Amino acid sequence: MEKFEIIRTGAVPMPIENIDTDQIIPARFLKATSREGFGENLFRDWRYDSDGEPKTDFVLNSSRYKGQVLLAGKNFGCGSSREHAAWAIYDAGFRVVISSYFADIFRGNALNNGLLPLQVTDEVLQRLFALVEADPQTEFEVNLPEQELYLPASGERISFEIDPYKKECLIKGYDDIDFLVSQKEAITAYESTRAWTY
Amino acid sequence: MKKTLFDKIWDAHVVRSIPGGLDVFYIDRHLIHEVTSPQAFDELEARNLPLYNPAQIVATADHNVPTRNQHLPIQDQLSRFQVDKLTSNCEKYGVELFGLGHPNQGIVHVIGPELGITQPGMTIVCGDSHTSTHGAFGAIAFGIGTSQVAQVMATQCLLLSRPRKMRITVEGELRKGVTAKDLILYVIAKLGTGGATGYFVEYAGSAIRSLSMEGRMTVCNMSIEMGARGGMIAPDENTYTYLEGRPHAPQGERWEQALAYWNTLYTEEGAEFDAELHFEAADIAPMITYGTNPGMGIAINDTIPASVPASEAASFDKSLQYMGFARGESLLGKEVNYVFIGSCTNSRIEDLRQVAEYVKGKRKAGHVEAIIVPGSKQVELQAREEGLDKLLADAGFELREPGCSACLAMNEDKIPAGAYCVSTSNRNFEGRQGPGSRTLLASPLVAAITAVEGKIVDITQYLN
Ligand code: SF4
Repeated sequence: MEKFEIIRTGAVPMPIENIDTDQIIPARFLKATSREGFGENLFRDWRYDSDGEPKTDFVLNSSRYKGQVLLAGKNFGCGSSREHAAWAIYDAGFRVVISSYFADIFRGNALNNGLLPLQVTDEVLQRLFALVEADPQTEFEVNLPEQELYLPASGERISFEIDPYKKECLIKGYDDIDFLVSQKEAITAYESTRAWTY
Repeated sequence: MKKTLFDKIWDAHVVRSIPGGLDVFYIDRHLIHEVTSPQAFDELEARNLPLYNPAQIVATADHNVPTRNQHLPIQDQLSRFQVDKLTSNCEKYGVELFGLGHPNQGIVHVIGPELGITQPGMTIVCGDSHTSTHGAFGAIAFGIGTSQVAQVMATQCLLLSRPRKMRITVEGELRKGVTAKDLILYVIAKLGTGGATGYFVEYAGSAIRSLSMEGRMTVCNMSIEMGARGGMIAPDENTYTYLEGRPHAPQGERWEQALAYWNTLYTEEGAEFDAELHFEAADIAPMITYGTNPGMGIAINDTIPASVPASEAASFDKSLQYMGFARGESLLGKEVNYVFIGSCTNSRIEDLRQVAEYVKGKRKAGHVEAIIVPGSKQVELQAREEGLDKLLADAGFELREPGCSACLAMNEDKIPAGAYCVSTSNRNFEGRQGPGSRTLLASPLVAAITAVEGKIVDITQYLN
């Protein structure tokens, strides 16, 4: 997993609520057995028409917005547990998703892949959308060690929450499997003391 | 302190708690399928890790399999490759596989309970969000991502924070024609798609208790549709009757010991939840969805909301535009092109019986394509043994072979762009059943009546 510390970049706004993982990556593109290449089909049916032509009114096809932050409406990543959704977003070059609410499984999947789900309040989210709308060049500085979203233009600093363990994993580029494997002894000890086993 | 059902099972599975609030959490059963497991097997390989215990894993091929001619090689090359990969991985690591052609093959959440693999008090995971289905047996069951699939393969554990707890109580008797599916669609419509995010739900109350195991599975299945990590129902006589004698259920003395333990699995009087919701069964009518998330549901003879909060207006109208509906409109009389009866929500024998009973001696409307995809080979076999296949065929319904099919349209079972499909599955997202498809979620009974009438009707007029 790639390490994550401080990123300064622009944002791509998608002010739609309840974006589900079927939109992020439709099921018919889940046939690959590796983790690579899903970015090509990110938001496939919003991005291309049935003839495979890019839809000019979709934000990912517009040259107006660029950056490694995806700014999305409330309840992002609901629906299917497919981790391919996090892979696709990452593969397309994003490192952060900002929303006012993330579906649980998506949040976990993102964190396990070095993609930061950054949660802000509804009010802040609406303000960020307005800023980017007014000036597509708006810069965002995401500072993970400080748990801070900094807006250089206005000097505003917005703090965000993240589980301390997950934060350390992101900064160091570790994932849970490394930690769990180190717990082998505790796991076998637990198994031998269980009152009821299946 | 008084304990909830959830806490009892959670506490029994904590290997250790680490500072900061995360638990090393033990998993009893791990179910895998062809779509979310290949990258996990690769990860084991890349890290040179052995599989912790193959005996705790069961595999099936379901998401990406054809529902016709399963005895022939899979035509689609990528799909065939994915299914073959599952087979070779299972052989290599010694995992029991119910692959295509196996008499136990089927949708992962249908075969788990059917084979008695799913039991009260267990922790069960699968790389699929509808793993919540297994909670109907009083288990903690939830969907995980592929990285977590690899973690469970390598260590039989996950690193988790304890979710908050919600209890949803439904009291009273369901009205005629109102099923478990209507009950859960009603609850989701009340809470919205994010209404239970961060929570694990226990369903309780007399209306829940009186549901069959099939009905309870339907309810728990859709917990994820309101954002919940999972849903569960305390085990009782219904649960034990269902499980006894199933191939993987404990036998003899082990059964008695199991029962003694399972009988301790209930929420104690006075135990606290972070949120409590109460509903009356009598308020629930046959439901249908009109939008592109499962929270957009109404009673079938009701109208689409005319107004929504300003902040939701843009998403709401985008959704209605996709569906070709308007605010304030009634769905009654809308023509439907497809009826899909299947998915881990409603493809069990009880569902097929209900459909067959209604369509017996009737005929589907000419313009409707009606497809029934059983949840498993066992369900298919039982339907044939009971003669349901004849009744269904006479009514113009096509009974296919088991798989996820048009629930997610990964295989060739797709609803064409613009077409309306009344579906017994669990998701009506844009394009879920094929690019441009328009899904209306409903119960098997509503689906059956719609197929015969060819349009959305007030089904209460059709029940005698
Ligand atoms: S039937 Fe649908 S919801 Fe159920 S496991 Fe298959 S794809 Fe998932």
